Amino acid sequence: MAVTKRAAKPGAKSAPASAEELMAHYRHMLLIRRFEEKAGQMYGMGLIGGFCHLYLGQEAVVVGMQAALKPGDSVITSYRDHGHMLACDMDPKGVMAELTGRIGGYSKGKGGSMHMFSREKGFYGGHGIVGAQVPLGTGLAFAHKYKEDGGVSATYLGDGAVNQGQVYEAFNMAALWRLPAVYVIENNKYGMGTSVERASARTDLYQRGQAYGIPGEQVDGMDVLEVKAAGEKAIAHARGGKGPYILEMMTYRYRGHSMSDPAKYRPKDELARMREEHDPIDRLRAELMEWGVADEAALKAVDKEVKEIVTAAAEFAQNSPEPDPKELYTDVLVEA
Amino acid sequence: MTTTTYREAVRTALREALTRDSRTFLMGEDVGRYGGTYACSKGLIDEFGPERVRDAPLSESAFVGAGIGAAMAGMRPIVEIMTVNFSLLALDQIVNNAATLRHMSGGQFSVPLVIRMATGAGRQVAAQHSHSLECWYAHIPGIRVLAPGTLEDARGMLWTALQDPDPVVIFEHAALYNMEGELPDTAGPVDIERAAVRRPGRDVTLIAFGANLHKAMEAARLLAAEKIEAEVIDLRSLRPLDDATIMASVRKTRRAVVIDEAWRTGSLAAEVSARVMEQAFYDLDAPVGRVCTEEVPIPYPKHLEDAALPQPEKIVAAVKAQLGARA
Ligand SMILES: Cc1ncc(C[n+]2csc(CCOP(=O)(O)OP(=O)(O)O)c2C)c(N)n1
Ligand SMILES: [Mg+2]
Repeated sequence: MAVTKRAAKPGAKSAPASAEELMAHYRHMLLIRRFEEKAGQMYGMGLIGGFCHLYLGQEAVVVGMQAALKPGDSVITSYRDHGHMLACDMDPKGVMAELTGRIGGYSKGKGGSMHMFSREKGFYGGHGIVGAQVPLGTGLAFAHKYKEDGGVSATYLGDGAVNQGQVYEAFNMAALWRLPAVYVIENNKYGMGTSVERASARTDLYQRGQAYGIPGEQVDGMDVLEVKAAGEKAIAHARGGKGPYILEMMTYRYRGHSMSDPAKYRPKDELARMREEHDPIDRLRAELMEWGVADEAALKAVDKEVKEIVTAAAEFAQNSPEPDPKELYTDVLVEA
Repeated sequence: MTTTTYREAVRTALREALTRDSRTFLMGEDVGRYGGTYACSKGLIDEFGPERVRDAPLSESAFVGAGIGAAMAGMRPIVEIMTVNFSLLALDQIVNNAATLRHMSGGQFSVPLVIRMATGAGRQVAAQHSHSLECWYAHIPGIRVLAPGTLEDARGMLWTALQDPDPVVIFEHAALYNMEGELPDTAGPVDIERAAVRRPGRDVTLIAFGANLHKAMEAARLLAAEKIEAEVIDLRSLRPLDDATIMASVRKTRRAVVIDEAWRTGSLAAEVSARVMEQAFYDLDAPVGRVCTEEVPIPYPKHLEDAALPQPEKIVAAVKAQLGARA
C-alpha cells in the first residue's frame, strides 16, 4: 500500500494518506458532485419541488470531515444537506427518492430536500431554521459525554448562521460542560444574497468561540486533505475530553442559494475563478496523477462507477411510489 | 387602472412610506442588495440608500428587538421578517416587549413599529417552512394584526399601519405575491378597521383571510353553479376582529363556514366560530363549520400537502353539510 506524502507545500498540515484513502476521497467527492448535478437537472424537469439547496463546490468539507470521524459519531447540519448524507454513506437512492418525495426516501418522502435523517448512519438531519441545529448538535455531544460512549458530534453551520444568538448560547454550554463537540462553520462567502463582509462585524469566524475559550482554526475547505487533517486535530481534542472546537472551512457554493436564486449579487468572475483555481475535485484529481496514485484509466473507471450509482439513484427516485394519502396522518405522534 | 401584482403593490407601499416619512426605514434579511426574498423591495436600496433599506444579519431576535427600540425612540421602522417560520426566533421580542411597553410604562412609551412577514403553505417547502401562525399573534393584546388578501390592501394597509402608534404585524401570504390584477392609479391608504364583504350572497357566509380568501371565492363560484349563493367575508384585520360585519352577514345568511389555513385547534377559525355562537346563536340554522389544515406537520409531496390544506372542494363540502343540516 503506497503512502503518499502531500507535495511539499509550505505550511501544509496534511497527514499522509494511503492510496486507497485518497481514491476513496476522490470517489466520494465526485459522487456528491454528480449527484447534485443530477438533482439540479431533475429540479429543472419538475421532478423535485420546493426548496433545493445544492452543495456543489463544497464537497471537500464533508468528505474530509467524514474521513476524520468514526462510526458512532454524530453529524447534524442545515438544509444544505445532500453532501453530508452521501458523505455519511447514506444510500444515494434513499436520498434522491426523498428529493422526489417518494416512499423510498429516508423520510418516506415527507421531508424533502431539507429534512432527511438516518439513525443508522448517525445523521441527525437536515434542518431548516438557520442556526437551530447548533443547540441540537450540542445536545448530541452532551449525550455522547453522558453515555461515555467515546463519541463526538460534528455540527455544521453556515457563515450566515453564525449571527444567530442561539449559536452562542450553545457555544457557552459546550465550553462550560466540556462537551465533545466540533462546530464546522462552512464559510461559502454568502448567506443567501448577503456576503460575509456585509453581515458580520468581524469576518474571522473561527474566532467566534474566543469569548468561551473555544479554540478555532481556519481551514482551506477546498482541499480535502487539509480538511481531514484539521478535522482529525479538532476531533482528537473533543474526544480527548478537552471540550469543543471550531473549524472555519473556507469554501464556495457554485450555484445560487437555492434553485430559485440566480446569484446575481456575486462579483462577475468570482465563480469562474473559484472553479478554475480552487475546485476540490480537479485539485485532488491532478494530485492523484502527479503522485502516481491513479492514471487516466483508473480515474475514468471511478467516473463511470459514480455515474452508474447516480443514474440508478435517479431511476429509483422516479420509480419509487408516492406515499399513500394515509401517510398524511402517520408519524405525528408515536402510533399505538 | 394599472395591471400589477401583489408584490408590486407591496413595493409601491414601501416606496410611499419611505418617501413620505423620513423616520421610516426598512430593515430585514436580504431586503437591500438582494431585493427581498420575494423581491418586494427590489430596487429600493438604489432609491433610498443602504441606511434606509438596511440588510440585517441572520439575527431575527436582535433586529426585531432593535426595531422595537428604535420605535420607542421615535422612529417609524418597517421590519421585515422573511417568513412567519423565522418570526418564532423573535416571538419573545414581539410578545414580551412590543406588545407590553405601552402598558408597562403607564402610557409613556408607544411602539410605532410595523412588522411584515410572509406566511402560509402550498409551495412544497415542508414542515419547518409552511406555518400559518397568524392566530398566535392575534392572541396577543397590545398589537394589531393585519392580513392583506387583495392588491388594494397590499398597497394600502402599510401606510395606515405606520400611522398607528402601536405595533402592527402584517401577514402577506407567500402564495399571493404573484397574484395579478387591476389597481386604480389613485390607489392609496385604506382603513385597517373593518372586514370587507368581497362577494354578496344569501345562503351561507364564508369567512376567510389572506390567500384563503381566494379559495373561498373559488368555492363561491363552484357553489353558484349549483344555485347556492355564498357571501364571502375577508377578515382583513385579525386583531381586533370586526364582529359587526361578520354578525350582519351571518344574521342574513343564517349559516357560516370559517376557512383558516391554521390547524383547527386554537385557530382563528375557532375564535370566529365562538363569537358567532355568542353573538348570533339564535340566528343560526346550523352549527358554524370550519375548514382548516389537517392537524399534521405540513408534508413535502404535493399531493399530501394539497390534502392537508383547505381547498375549494373542501369548502363546498362544508357548505353542503350545512345545507344538509337545514333539510
Ligand atoms: C432563522 C431563519 N432565518 C432565515 C431563514 C432563511 N434562510 C434560509 S438559508 C439562509 C441563508 C443562510 O446562510 P448560511 O448560514 O451562510 O448557509 P448557506 O446557505 O450558505 O449554506 C436564509 C436567510 C431561515 N431558514 N431561518
Ligand atoms: Mg453561507
